[in-house]
Amino acid sequence: MYQFFKTLDRRWVFLLMALAVGIPILMQLQFPEKPTGLAVVVFEEVERLNEGDKVLMAFDYDPSGEGELGPMATSFVRHCCEKRLKMYFTTLWPAGPQMIQDSINRVIRADFPGLVYGVDYVDLGYKSGEEGVIKVIVTNLRQLYTTDARGTNIDQIPMCLDVDNVQDMDLIVNVSAGYPGTKEWVQYASTPYPDDIRIVAGCTGVQAPLFYPYVPQQLPGMLAAIKGAAEYEELVVNKYAPDGPDPKYLEAKRRMGPQLVAHLLMIALIIGGNTIYFIERRRGGVSA
Amino acid sequence: MKRETLIWLIVLVIAGIYLSYRFATVGIGSVYVQELGGEQAEAGVAEIAAGTATLSVSRTFGVWAAAIFTLCIFSFLYRDNPLYKFAESVVVGVSAAYWMVVQFWGVIIPNLLGKLWPAWIQSWAMPGLSPLYGAYWYMNLIPLALGVMLLWRLAPKGAWIARWPLAFIVGTTAGIRMVGFIEADFLSQIANSIVPLVVATDGSIDVWACIRNWIMILGIMACLVYFFFSIEHKGVVGHVSRVGIWVLMITFGASFGYTVMGRIALLAIRFEFLFDDWLWLIDPLQKRVGL
Repeated sequence: MYQFFKTLDRRWVFLLMALAVGIPILMQLQFPEKPTGLAVVVFEEVERLNEGDKVLMAFDYDPSGEGELGPMATSFVRHCCEKRLKMYFTTLWPAGPQMIQDSINRVIRADFPGLVYGVDYVDLGYKSGEEGVIKVIVTNLRQLYTTDARGTNIDQIPMCLDVDNVQDMDLIVNVSAGYPGTKEWVQYASTPYPDDIRIVAGCTGVQAPLFYPYVPQQLPGMLAAIKGAAEYEELVVNKYAPDGPDPKYLEAKRRMGPQLVAHLLMIALIIGGNTIYFIERRRGGVSA
Repeated sequence: MKRETLIWLIVLVIAGIYLSYRFATVGIGSVYVQELGGEQAEAGVAEIAAGTATLSVSRTFGVWAAAIFTLCIFSFLYRDNPLYKFAESVVVGVSAAYWMVVQFWGVIIPNLLGKLWPAWIQSWAMPGLSPLYGAYWYMNLIPLALGVMLLWRLAPKGAWIARWPLAFIVGTTAGIRMVGFIEADFLSQIANSIVPLVVATDGSIDVWACIRNWIMILGIMACLVYFFFSIEHKGVVGHVSRVGIWVLMITFGASFGYTVMGRIALLAIRFEFLFDDWLWLIDPLQKRVGL
């Protein structure tokens, strides 16, 4: 047995992981979620806003981050729609416009057809320049954003008339998959203007540990990875659709099923790998 | 024929027969669309049953192409192979082309040419753009000149000219990022670390908040001592730096845990796509109820 595990082909591990993720998806395994502090803060930051308040929806991710961040984006848009907030979509990622369109189609057009483009929400599209864009638009939006994503002059869009810069926003909601993303929004928006710019973020698991030092002074709330998304979903659904929501608003919660099984497998593999290592060390095969 | 090749051939033939059968009988991987607000959107069962939805050949092809490319990339887990290389090359090629088109229409046209020749750009490229010159429009001649200088490196002579704009890019980027890091990651982090060691709320001591702050302060101090190499790590300093290593290890462990969570989420969405959109084995969004 020891020899078998010691020389185990890593492809068996891949197969085990595929089964650990695949079977719960096929069985549609789900577990209850209890929202933790950071998710509650994010929810309350949106909740405290009043109808007509302005929210900059900075969706800085692309299809590679969709698995973790798509459910967050969906919940954020749904929450803002329920609160009747004015949403200004923008992205610093070249493939971000498709993610914005996906959220608009999935939530606004499908479930909130009464919201009017240009009055309740606007897609400002992609801007190249990474953190340079943030640095400019915190003081002057029009210097970079002359038109929206459809090519309409920004001065002809009613909800943009009273917006001069990002400081006019009541909240920034950033969904971030990497650079540029939450780190840059914190560095160039919320840190230099702590009294005028508030930001909440949803980020990938890889980034989450880097952002914890910003909480709560520079970043009041953060949804970390798919777990954070599931908690936020739970909060939004409990408040606005307690009698059974559309399944598309429970995507993160659904993805927590495979997470649990895969994590159990990971723990077993780590314990197994270490056990083999220490057995071998005791036998004198490996030096410490 | 090698045994392994034969096994894979049999697996592929069986999979091909199964997929063909399912496509012919159920229509797996098909996408139906409907008109919504002047644009095409994915249709649900109700629209399909009502006859207002039509089969989208391009989107159906997209689902099949995405599924096959996903499997090609997954095949690398077994071994490097031509299918993986093909999928990888397509990704690289498509990404490069996409970036080029996006940067041209998103930067060169609106941010450079649109500011230097607004009326001309408005007439054929961006109807929403103002045809009037903005204030200090001539300042945009500088990035135009720098851009031309940057492209000079492609010329057979005078490649050194490209070093000037490159130096400008390096200098400005370093300056902008330095300011950001000093303010948000250095000074603000010092401020964030100055926390009360005895936390009192509503007249009583919040024990958990006290413990949290103590752990944070001691952890920071221990890590700083570990990175202080001017004194040999012996005696008290050695013990404290060892605690610092433990704190760092716990941090790396937490990072690893989050990374695992992220990667599993990515795997889960690919599996969901294969099982739901392509193979129609599950229907979590209830898109095909009664179909």
